[in-house]
Amino acid sequence: MGFYDRFFDTLGLRDWCDSEKVDGPMTMTELLARSQGADSVDAPWWDIPFPSLDNLNNACHAVSRTRDLTEGVEQGFLDIKTSLQFVLDPITQPLSWLLDGSLYLFAAIPWWTLIPAILILVYYVSRSIGVTLFVALSFLFLAFIDHYSYSIQTLSIIFVCTVLSVLFGVPLGIAMSKSNTFQKVMIPILDMLQTLPSFVYLIPLIFLFSITESKLYGIAIIMYAIVPVVRLTDLGIRLVDKDVIEAADAFGMSRRQKLFGVEIPLALPNIMAGVNQTIMMALAMVVIASLVSAPGLGVLVLRGIRNLELGVGLVSGVCIVLLAVVLDRVSKASLARINTSQD
Amino acid sequence: MADTIKVSIRHLYKIFGGDPESVLDLARNGMSKTELLEKHGHVVGLRDINVDMSEGEITVIMGLSGSGKSTLIRHLNLLIEPTAGEVLVDGIDVTHLSAVELRDMRQTGMSMVFQKFALLPHRTVLQNAGLALRVRGLGDGEADTEAKKWLDRVGLQGFEQHFPHQLSGGMQQRVGIARALTSNSPIMLMDEAFSALDPLIRTDMQDLLMELQKDLHKTIVFITHDLDESLKLADHLVILKDGYVVQQDEPQQILLNPADPYIEDFVSDINRARVLRVRSIMKPSSKAARASAGNIDYDDTLESVIARSGGSTAKSYTVKRDGKTVGILDMKELIKALVPRLASQSGVRGNVTS
Repeated sequence: MGFYDRFFDTLGLRDWCDSEKVDGPMTMTELLARSQGADSVDAPWWDIPFPSLDNLNNACHAVSRTRDLTEGVEQGFLDIKTSLQFVLDPITQPLSWLLDGSLYLFAAIPWWTLIPAILILVYYVSRSIGVTLFVALSFLFLAFIDHYSYSIQTLSIIFVCTVLSVLFGVPLGIAMSKSNTFQKVMIPILDMLQTLPSFVYLIPLIFLFSITESKLYGIAIIMYAIVPVVRLTDLGIRLVDKDVIEAADAFGMSRRQKLFGVEIPLALPNIMAGVNQTIMMALAMVVIASLVSAPGLGVLVLRGIRNLELGVGLVSGVCIVLLAVVLDRVSKASLARINTSQD
Repeated sequence: MADTIKVSIRHLYKIFGGDPESVLDLARNGMSKTELLEKHGHVVGLRDINVDMSEGEITVIMGLSGSGKSTLIRHLNLLIEPTAGEVLVDGIDVTHLSAVELRDMRQTGMSMVFQKFALLPHRTVLQNAGLALRVRGLGDGEADTEAKKWLDRVGLQGFEQHFPHQLSGGMQQRVGIARALTSNSPIMLMDEAFSALDPLIRTDMQDLLMELQKDLHKTIVFITHDLDESLKLADHLVILKDGYVVQQDEPQQILLNPADPYIEDFVSDINRARVLRVRSIMKPSSKAARASAGNIDYDDTLESVIARSGGSTAKSYTVKRDGKTVGILDMKELIKALVPRLASQSGVRGNVTS
């Protein structure tokens, strides 16, 4: 009944084809074709369909369908799920504690302590009155329109995820800069993490972990946000002036002295640029992660979409932009401070 | 003082390429650089280098770019490993040192000054100068005291708390020299240390180095592409070309007896009156000259003698060294010595270098 019937007939494979015949569920196209009774074997030659799995299956049932492929992937994942869970669950448990603890802490501190504390921190890292003033106004605005607690939740998640990304990302980047082989292995992985649509992260994670656990979104955010800091650490260390490295060697520095005394300090502007990017990507992901129960401003956006509450969605969207600008300005200001003290 | 050999390079070969060992014998048997590159894809960096460097002297290695001079100096502290041959420092072959011994040798035995200064940009001048001591594990106090002493010595009082980028090139290189001196190592390697500086500053730095050397008597290996600089500084001059030693001798001797047209052409542009000294051209004699126009010192330059003679070629002088008569200098001989054996012919250098 398919276009390629004659192809299999001429090859003498008809028996093999029919031997595998199973009455799987009918596809929508098949159903439509049957109901209309249109059997277009005599289609003109330019209507030749691409010999895809589904089209070949039409002619010969021994060929599997694309649906079998996706089913196979799913089944494969489900098969290893239990053992994967057995390993990953305990390892990632501290992430849940950290995220929950931080959320609890940020919520427990009263606003009149937390906002000044944040402002002092901002001034300490940026040494800029302008930036501090901007952050102060932003927080007062967020609090004034009753988005304070949502913003603080988002901030808390970003804080934990960024710290962890730096903690894991910087050593990874250093290892990459030291070994060309490791770099060759890591670059495709980092490319994949960066280009994989953000929703796709969530699918396997939902299978692995319970949706009520905070580590679910924690892992998704870290995997997405860790990429820039790894890349830029690697780049930064590779870009350190060869002459200075030679001088360090000539004066007999050990590898450790060279790493901590020369390479990391000289790569710091690049590493900080990576941290800035990591913070921004964590913010982008934390909104999407509200789909898997991450608290914060993303929840409001989601409510706006689900209930078609246009105003709620737009206002919280503006709040996210405000938060992004705050995070960007503060991390850029501290980056600029590092740059001027270096060259 | 001049006779103890501190560093000795023996039959050193360096070949760059995929498998240097495979073509080593070909290079040993004299296959030319171009042939090795075309037929075997390897580049000869250094070929059969034999140099003895005396303790307390300045050995200058001179050559044009690509002659292998920077490669050679990096063999002394093994920043580059040789393909074959030995580098003996105090009789010990550094090519066989373990990683720890090598680090120890770099920390205490040798210090290095770089063409592009290579200071740590995030450390102050004082911290940079004390680098060698900090690497050895000395405390900040000790390192800073010692560093301050040498910074004062190179004329950088008051700049201790500056960062390198706040200083001019000449001052940065002073920090580089102070850093090398602070390590208090007997051997100092200087890789085109003054080449990046402008001419006036370069002369200043050369004078500074000569003045320091008068007191410190370090074994200095100095790399340069500038013949004037090498003649000014060198006790022993090694001329490299395409990775092999063309001639090595005391600079005066090279000037008077160039070994081949390449060097002859090289030295023909030099102001010989300023470089040549009385001792190199006088006639040894223990008796004073007949009709001596006066006494001149053994180490005087010919320029100063000409100035004294008022341009007259008829005079002759008695040469004194530490008050004793050691020779006679006839002004006619002096004038002859001022003319290179082969006046610079147009094209000679072009033929040699291209």
